[in-house]
Amino acid sequence: MADVPKDLKYTREHEWAKQESDRVRVGITAYAQDQLGDVVFVELPKVGAKVTAAKNFGVVESVKAVSDLFAPVSGEVVEVNGELLQKPETVNQDPYGKGWMIVVKPANKAEWDQLLTAQQYEEYLAQGGH
Amino acid sequence: MTTNVYDKLIFELSSPGRVAWSLPEMDVPEGDARKLLPEKHVRKDAPALPEVSEFDIVRHYSRLSRMNYGLDTHFYPLGSCTMKYNPKLNEDMARLAGFARLHPLAAEALAQGALQVMHELAQDLAEIAGMDAVSLQPAAGAQGELAGVLMIRAYHLSRGEKRTKVLVPDSAHGTNPASTAIAGYEVVEVKSLPNGEVDLDVLTRTLDTDVAAFMITVPNTLGMFEPRIVEITELCHASGVQVYMDGANLNAILGITRPGDLGFDVCHFNLHKTFTTPHGGGGPGAGPVGVKAHLEPFLPVPVVTKDGDAYALDWKRPSSIGKLQAFWGNFGMLVRAYTYIRTMGPDGLRSVSDNAILNANYIMKRLETDYDVAVPGPCMHECVLSARRQKKLGITATDIAKRLLDLGFYAPSTYFPLIVEEALMIEPTETEAKETLDQFCDAMIQIAREAETNPAVIHDAPVTTPVRRLDQTKAAREPNLRWTRRA
Amino acid sequence: MASRYIANTPEEQRRMLGVIGAASLEELLVKIPTKARLARPLGLTPALAETDLIRHLKALAARNADADSHVCFMGAGSYDHYVPSPINHLISRGEFFTAYTPYQPEASQGTLRTIYEYQTMIAELTGMDVANASIYDGASSLAEAALMAHAVTDRSEIVLSRGVHPLYKRVTATYCEGPGVRLRDVGAPDGVTDLAAAKKLVGAKTAALVVQTPNFYGCLEDVAAAAEVAHAAGALLVVVADPVNLGVLEGPGKLGADIVVGEGQGLGVPISFGGPNLGVFAAKNELVRRMPGRLVGATVDRDGHRGFVLTLQTREQHIRRAKATSNICTNVALCALVATIYLAMLGRRGLVRVGELSTAKAHYASERLARVPGVSLRFAAPFFKEFALKLPKPPERVVARLARQGFLAGVPLKTFERSLGDCLLVAVTEKRTKAEIDAFTAALEKAVA
Repeated sequence: MADVPKDLKYTREHEWAKQESDRVRVGITAYAQDQLGDVVFVELPKVGAKVTAAKNFGVVESVKAVSDLFAPVSGEVVEVNGELLQKPETVNQDPYGKGWMIVVKPANKAEWDQLLTAQQYEEYLAQGGH
Repeated sequence: MTTNVYDKLIFELSSPGRVAWSLPEMDVPEGDARKLLPEKHVRKDAPALPEVSEFDIVRHYSRLSRMNYGLDTHFYPLGSCTMKYNPKLNEDMARLAGFARLHPLAAEALAQGALQVMHELAQDLAEIAGMDAVSLQPAAGAQGELAGVLMIRAYHLSRGEKRTKVLVPDSAHGTNPASTAIAGYEVVEVKSLPNGEVDLDVLTRTLDTDVAAFMITVPNTLGMFEPRIVEITELCHASGVQVYMDGANLNAILGITRPGDLGFDVCHFNLHKTFTTPHGGGGPGAGPVGVKAHLEPFLPVPVVTKDGDAYALDWKRPSSIGKLQAFWGNFGMLVRAYTYIRTMGPDGLRSVSDNAILNANYIMKRLETDYDVAVPGPCMHECVLSARRQKKLGITATDIAKRLLDLGFYAPSTYFPLIVEEALMIEPTETEAKETLDQFCDAMIQIAREAETNPAVIHDAPVTTPVRRLDQTKAAREPNLRWTRRA
Repeated sequence: MASRYIANTPEEQRRMLGVIGAASLEELLVKIPTKARLARPLGLTPALAETDLIRHLKALAARNADADSHVCFMGAGSYDHYVPSPINHLISRGEFFTAYTPYQPEASQGTLRTIYEYQTMIAELTGMDVANASIYDGASSLAEAALMAHAVTDRSEIVLSRGVHPLYKRVTATYCEGPGVRLRDVGAPDGVTDLAAAKKLVGAKTAALVVQTPNFYGCLEDVAAAAEVAHAAGALLVVVADPVNLGVLEGPGKLGADIVVGEGQGLGVPISFGGPNLGVFAAKNELVRRMPGRLVGATVDRDGHRGFVLTLQTREQHIRRAKATSNICTNVALCALVATIYLAMLGRRGLVRVGELSTAKAHYASERLARVPGVSLRFAAPFFKEFALKLPKPPERVVARLARQGFLAGVPLKTFERSLGDCLLVAVTEKRTKAEIDAFTAALEKAVA
């Protein structure tokens, strides 16, 4: 079973979200990177862009697959992991750490509670993850 | 194993001062081009192209060619690609100076033979597909699709209907949604039944006045004829929806049934599949598109017309969708297809499909115990197997494909259609002999045994090719798309 | 009746049906409803024996006035350039000719290597970072460039010079119809783009400015100045250029182009009544992930040996489907192979020589022809190998008359632009001799007298 840290929240599209004071850090889960295989390219929004919960904010690509990235929460992008452009493999190597993608300043706190808990996400994966 | 393989690029053969060209003398008085052209337009340095002898060239490209599997040298069971023999006579005919050396803007009176070939070919294709008119202009299947969808769009608009969606099954070729998107439509994917057939319940629910077209492949991408196709086209028409047939699999139905008779409004032809023009390592192809009469006003311009004995290019078509290529189509490919159709005649073409179907069913039968069949037969011109049984042993469709290369065969199409797990799509075509099919089936069965007893030999494959499995990840992460001299 | 392209004999068919467990071929067609069947044979001409078919096709071919039977001064996007003999022999090798798209790279290194060589040569000639494996033709390349500029900039207008080939413009308009990209024209009244007018048209909505050099009239455009106009407004500059000229002419990339497209037919591809042709497409590195078409990249195999693969495929329709950068699948790989061998043969000095000969002979021809009474050069702007002549008699009639004397005199411009109804576009390649040009001048003189 894939690694699912207890302190994070999750989406059904396999993004994780981490509360950091008033901001939310976002990446894709260990399960997601494993399903994709070797990540070769990540396309992320610019700092200042607005993202909307459950809407596409970027793209992650492996050699033969493209996967849209979905924002766990709505808000403004305040940080982007520019290193992924040069080193996309970081997403495979450290999905919950150096492989993070964006940091969002949430616009709607209520959205946080809609996200899956680690336990719910694990159950979701156990049912096949889609 | 691969150490003795030729590994040069043409740039690496360059030796300053060598020439491979022979050009006429400068026989006009002012020969210095630099005096004739303003300096700002003139290149500062000669381009860094190779300097090699003619024989260097001939040997280099001959050696490179031997690093390819071609249809002339290997069985090519690529599903959906119809890799059938490309007759040599077609090549001779396309190279006749009257065709190969004819300028596209030659006055009509000076190009009557070429226009006649085009006119007759368009008529033949219309007869084969049961359509009322055919444009030969699209350069490939994908461009035929774009033309077809644009004509549908123009048709709806001409009736004051602004429909916004096109339905495409989840089993479709990728070009279908891509072409549809370029035509400005929202693509709605329609889930197929597990056997690849259209789910009529889903279709009925999805059809509404916002749907411009339904685009399907017949036979479908699982190699099966859609048994309720006539119902489907009628259902679409009842909602004012146009029905487009992707003609990629036309090789299965020549003289047996016709898209037009099934109710299709538009279909395209891949001349590089059914009509034996060569694939050339990825084109050029030709993708003529046929339509029913109500779509005829929207055909790309110009249309080849015949008045008495005179052929002409008709540009005065105010409702036309416009143009897809600068000129009239991939004419060289049209000459080849025309030659083929005239070679085969009506009985010959029918026999093509009969034998293509026979060969595919033979392969399916011979492999059905060692592989999972995606849908029970009989199939049409191709069959889809699943390597899901082998996957449990750690052998994927890709592994099987690579092992086949070692056993002397090109690979089937893999991972398509997307709705079949570990898909292996096999299309033998009518031009292959039974003993080739047997050898291929023996190889496939051998691989199935190896998956159980000696998977290492499959994982290692290929070892007989000029290179072994290549690092696709490195290629995509660090794109190296042009040669540079090593410092 | 037996066909030479089908191997199965009736006996073999019977044995195969036996294995399948079907009594007849008909039994394999059970899924096709009877009402959907064609109840008659196809209404086509009966099969012809090889010798009869050759006779028929030769007779058709003989009805065309081709560039072997006539001396060709026609251009307008399709040119009678030198084709070295080895090209046809090499591309006819079945391993190249009958191979499929190189999806199994281990069994396709020949094709992949030639495409990699092609990409390198085109990038070098155009002065760009990266070239793709080809598009159908110059016109569809321009259409793809317009859509790419629209996607990259998220702007919805393309400004095209009237010096761009009118048929390319029509193709671009067809492709831009669905996405709703608006095309705007900027004039070229003196034979070159009116850049002052362009500056007024190019603005915040402009995705790209498009110029062609040499343009449709044969005149050379100021690409660097056009780049300034485009870039000042945040738009891309798309340049249509013919690679066969780029031995002598500067690569548009060096002058500020962001995307270079063009027709590569001159690089050894037969004129063949306009197709198949070779769509050239090159761009700057930062645009590579938005490029249409296939790309070949270098990598290594398991043993560390150099090898080549199709790469960055996630751009393409078979993976990204409706969101692909283009719908293109089959392109014109064999024509790209022709161009690769051509450029290898002409090489560093030969291609320069082709350009020098063409331009020198074209200038000689223009001087001779413009001295014919009543005939003049339509534009004063500098040209390369093609120029518009103003004739005192209807060009269509002059062309018909000269054809009877063995000349393909040029392309009348009337159908392209009404205001140039008295003009004939004349192209001169390195193949034309001084004697041919002199004879053509004499014939034209008689024809317009």
